This record gives sequence, C-alpha cells and structure tokens, in this order.
Amino acid sequence: MINLQNVTKKFGVGSTALEDVSFVVNPGEFVFVTGPSGSGKTTLFRLLIKEMAPSSGSIHIGEWDIVNLPKDKIPHLRQKIGVVFQDLKLLKDQTIFENVLFPLEVAGSSERRAKEKVDEILQLVGIAEHSAKFPVQLSGGELQRAAIARALAFSPEILLADEPTGNLDDHTASEIVKLLQKINETGTTILMATHDTDIVNRLMKRVITLEKGKLIRDESKKKKE
Amino acid sequence: MKHFNTSIKHIRRTPYQALIAVCIMSLTFLMVSFFAFMVFGSSVVINYFESKPQVTAFFRDEAKPEEIDVLKQNLQHTGKVSKIKYVSKQEALQIYKEQNKNDPLLLDLVTEDILPSSLEISTANIADMGAISDMLKNSPSVSEVIYQKDVVSTLSKWTNAIRLVGIVLISILVLVSVFIMMTVIGFKVSQKREEIEIMKLLSATNWYIRWPFVMEGVIYGVTGTLVGWIIASGALLIATPFLESFLKGIPLLPVSPLFLFGLLAVELLIAAGLGVLASSLAVLRYLK
Repeated sequence: MINLQNVTKKFGVGSTALEDVSFVVNPGEFVFVTGPSGSGKTTLFRLLIKEMAPSSGSIHIGEWDIVNLPKDKIPHLRQKIGVVFQDLKLLKDQTIFENVLFPLEVAGSSERRAKEKVDEILQLVGIAEHSAKFPVQLSGGELQRAAIARALAFSPEILLADEPTGNLDDHTASEIVKLLQKINETGTTILMATHDTDIVNRLMKRVITLEKGKLIRDESKKKKE
Repeated sequence: MKHFNTSIKHIRRTPYQALIAVCIMSLTFLMVSFFAFMVFGSSVVINYFESKPQVTAFFRDEAKPEEIDVLKQNLQHTGKVSKIKYVSKQEALQIYKEQNKNDPLLLDLVTEDILPSSLEISTANIADMGAISDMLKNSPSVSEVIYQKDVVSTLSKWTNAIRLVGIVLISILVLVSVFIMMTVIGFKVSQKREEIEIMKLLSATNWYIRWPFVMEGVIYGVTGTLVGWIIASGALLIATPFLESFLKGIPLLPVSPLFLFGLLAVELLIAAGLGVLASSLAVLRYLK
C-alpha cells in the first residue's frame, strides 16, 4: 500500500512542485496520475523512490517510512519499486539483455537464474528477438518495452511508469498500455503518469489529477452503462 | 570478477589514459627498484669493508719476532680488538702471488724480502680504531699503519647522500603518479556521471559503483610495477658481469633471485596500495 499524507515538495525559493498531496493506493490497483507538464507527476515518482525527500508530510510504502528511510536501505526500496523513467535511462553501451540483467547483477542474483529471468521478462514484454541489440538500434516502442522489462527485473510490488506512451504513435501507445495492464493483472500495483486523455478515458481506471502541484481530483472512472 | 571485467572494459575504452597511468607507475617503480638495489648493494659493500681487518700495521724489516709478540699481547689486553692476525713475509708473498697469478712478470719481480710482515687487526667497535692505530704508530717496530675507516666513512657519506636524493626523487614520483592516476580515474568517473546516476536509481550501492574504479587503480599500479621491475632486474642482470669485475671480492653479485622476487612482492603490495589510494581519492571526490 502506498500512503501519502500532506506531502509538500518545495524547490529553492518560491517554487513548489507538490503541495499538501494526500492519497492512498491499495495493492494491485492501476492508477493514472494525470495533469499538464509541470504539475508534479515526475516529482511524485521521485519522492516515492526517495530520489529526493519531501519538504514536509509523510510517505509510507507498505511498512516502510520512506521519509525516514536510512540511506543504506534505499537500494532495497528501489528493488521493491520498478520504475520506467520518462527518459528511459537505458545504459547506452549495454545491450538490451544486459540492461535488463543489470539490476539483478547489482542485487547479486546468481548468474544462471538472473539470465533465465531476463529471458522470461523479454519474452513477456515482446522484445526477446532484440535482446542482443543496443538501445540505439531500437524503435521508440521497443525502447519503452525494454525500459518496462528492466523495471520488472525484481518482480516489483509496485511499478511506476512515467509517461511511458509520451512519444509513441497511437497504436504503439495502446500496445504499451495493454502490456502494463497485463502486468497489473499479475498483482503488481501500477502508477502511470500520463497526459494522454484518450488512454485514461478508455481504460476506466482510478485517476489522480494534479495541477500546479495540487491534487485537484481523485476519481474512479466507471464504464458508462 | 564482474568488477574486474568492468575495470578491463573501462581500460580498453580509454587506452591512452591507461597508458599514461601505467607509464608513470612504471617509471616510479623502476626508480624504486634501482633504489632498492643501491641500498642493498651499498649495505653489503659497507659491511664487507667493516668486517675486513680494519687496521693494518706493517713492520720494519728489522723488527724482531719478540717485539711483535709483545705488541700483539698489548693490543689484546686493551679489550678493543676482536680479531688479530699476523701475516709473515712468506704469507704476504703467497697472497701477492695469488692476487697476481695471471701476471708472471709481476711475480718474477717480487720476492719475500720486499714485502713487509704485518698485523691485521679488527676492532669490535669502529670508534676504537683511532686508539689502536695510535698505539701501533707509537711502536718503534711499525713502519706504517693504514686503516679503512676512511674508505668506510667516505662510502657511508656517499650512500647517505644517494639515499637522500633517492628518497626525495621517489617521493616526488609517487606523488605525481598518485595525482595522474587520480586524474585519469576521476575523468572517467565524471565521464560516466549519467550512467552512475542510472545505476544508483537501479538500486546499485555506492560500493558497487566504486569497485571497478578502485580495481582500475590497482591494475595500473600492478602493471606499472611489473614493467618497472622487469626493466630494472633486466638492467641489473645485463650489468652484472661488468659490476662483478668492478666489485672484485665483495660477495654481492650475482644478486639472489630470492631478493629480486621479494622486492617484486613488496613493490606489488605498495603499488596496489597506491592504486587503491589514488582511485579511492578520485571516486570519493567525484562520487559522493
């Protein structure tokens, strides 16, 4: 369970990225986080993986108090939460296979098991045939899949996807969303930041809307009868 | 092993920087090796001279054996003498013949009448040499006294001076090589800043990121040392025949392989230490 209470994040003098944001996400939920650019979506994700600390408020993920989490526990937190970054952050000089393998190597998984796991994930996201290629050789959709594959390496309880359909054509975007739905069906909690209203309206999931750092709406869309 | 492979990959991708780091380490340890040879060699040479009969008194031809015996006893009674040896005219001729056995002309010219008999005296303490020498000079049967204090003290002065210069030179080289390795590794760390950020976001600990860089420093140190040591040892082996004829009689050459490999082991340890130091400074500076 993700639990944010009165979270505010201020940068420098006068700039407020998030202001008094509170919400709870239950295990296994699929939640869209929407809002225009600069509304605080990415900041919210960065707070969740403790890439930065909030100026005030509390963040709990399961039993973990993220605000007071000791530095040496951060790597453990980041194994629990998979992230698909907006700019993907794939390692350019490593193949897709190596990119997905990387988090497992860091965690010290056995080589044979790690490789089996990577094969399995690449199969799941549908880019097994590109495993030996480098990021520069892949299309936008394939790169998104690679980033999702890497985020899944630890079989995380929570997956944060920051604008995963941002630069993709409609068809590829809907493929990516389908993939995320498939992952959600296996029990993974998904928070997907997007400003693509088509996708949000089509999926009929819970939507948290941010604007200028404030939570202005938190609603579950119901299918029209 | 994984970290070692990553280090090798880093090195392969920036070969010229790696070459600079290895070159400076080689130069440093070439100097360290030469310095070690010199310190070891000079101490053997000084020991050799110190253990030799330090005062030699040559007797006049007219000196009587009884007078010589009395002098010998007097010397022994001082308690300062560790060893005393009488060399008769005949023995002196034998020694002369042995030293010049390859030169028949010199052998023909010399008979035992020309050579004086002598006393070779070693003192337990170098400081006593002066007193013993004075005592000998005062004896009417003694024609000449020579002692090797001058040789030893000149040699000591020289080796101390060379040691000082060596230590200063090596300290400078060590500092320069640490700075160069620090710069090379620091440059690589800053070049990989983005990749390092990604690694951190993917749950890599700081040490997971630091290890390959630290190992890179060790690889530079160890490779440089091997090169420096091989050059220095090779040079020593080549120079051995020449040095042997120069240092006739001093039990120094050929240098035992045990000493050379011992030196290598110590150098490798120091180099690995310097590598770790330089790379740790670099990663701590650029990778907070």
